[in-house]
Amino acid sequence: MSRAMALLSREAALAWGRGGGPMVSLAFYAGVATLLPLATGPEPARLAAIAPGAAWVALALAALLSLDRLFERDYEDGALDLLTLSSVPLEIACAIKCLGQWLATAAPLAFAAPVAAIALGAKPHLAPLIFACALMGGLAFAFVGGIGAALSLGARRGGLLTAVIVLPLFVPPVIFGGGALDSFAGGLPWKAGFALLAAYAAAAVALGPIAMAAACRNALS
Amino acid sequence: MIEALVIENLALERGGRLLFSGLSLELPAGRAAALVGRNGAGKTSLLRAIAGLVPLAEGAVRFGSLDAVDARAEHIHLAGHQDGQKPARTAWEELAFWARWSGASETAAREAAARLELTRLLDLEVRRLSAGQRRRLSLARLLAAPRALWLLDEPLSPLDADWRARFGEIMGEHLAGGGMIVAAVHDPLPIPALTVEIGETAP
Repeated sequence: MSRAMALLSREAALAWGRGGGPMVSLAFYAGVATLLPLATGPEPARLAAIAPGAAWVALALAALLSLDRLFERDYEDGALDLLTLSSVPLEIACAIKCLGQWLATAAPLAFAAPVAAIALGAKPHLAPLIFACALMGGLAFAFVGGIGAALSLGARRGGLLTAVIVLPLFVPPVIFGGGALDSFAGGLPWKAGFALLAAYAAAAVALGPIAMAAACRNALS
Repeated sequence: MIEALVIENLALERGGRLLFSGLSLELPAGRAAALVGRNGAGKTSLLRAIAGLVPLAEGAVRFGSLDAVDARAEHIHLAGHQDGQKPARTAWEELAFWARWSGASETAAREAAARLELTRLLDLEVRRLSAGQRRRLSLARLLAAPRALWLLDEPLSPLDADWRARFGEIMGEHLAGGGMIVAAVHDPLPIPALTVEIGETAP
């Protein structure tokens, strides 16, 4: 257990250093909240309608930005070799890496997402659901994204390959989470959408590490 | 504890090219083997194959009576140029993590750092260390977490003459305690070792 905790704190610190942390996510959302009204026109009604969706897209893109470093550096500097020589299975180590990534990048983004959406004119009562969706969606993005990052290990322009592999897998959580937010804003039943999002995240957490570990072993050999 | 490292009729391939074949070696506890051969002969690949990172094209690697998975999880240290230490983290953060990951306590990591005279460097970022200091930092993990089999890739190359001799003493103590060392080298090891030529058997 102490090994797992040691790895988690190291991974969170590393992810924080390579583009996580509260300031980076705040700056990211500040950029979205500033540019979106300029790009779509400032009518409050239109902005309010697309604000939750914009927060979602920003979350997915922010997750994508930090992914290509998740395994690449450890692969290049030999850390991945040493991680395999432990009684902690590589699958668990991969899951911990994604969890660290989520803690350092997605959790601060989840706190910033409702603020950005409200600043764009979303109704304040949407804030808790936006937060919950961002937290759950971030988990799915981290674990699904980890598969892409591990599969593109050792490839030239691995970042581009990661994006191509991962984007189709990002579609379901965006649809489920965005649907839940839309329904909630329109006073319709929203729990089904959120439950689907949670189910997708659970599946990613359960199955993702197996795929990641297999991809890492393949890249190392 | 591993009683012996046994390699039987081993062949390795990299990228579809045969590196060597027919390699057999039996290394009992308390002995060291020095792998020698030209660049690209497969010395590093052999170390990685023993560690289970590279698939065997042919043959077998056995760790006494231990199951290979258990042996690799708890009884092997691998140390080479790629030490996994992140330049932006401090020397202590990196040593403490890798020692804990190998199952050692923080106290053991501090003692290992003191033995390798790293104590006053521990607050520095890894990027500020010289190549020799950085190598000593990665070798400190081997002292902190006792494991029977050390797989060393050019362990002495960045060390100065004084530290080569001192690490020779440390390797001698490891062997005297029943450990084993397999080291890829270009210069002779400062300890008695069985010399294994890599690449000679390739067609």
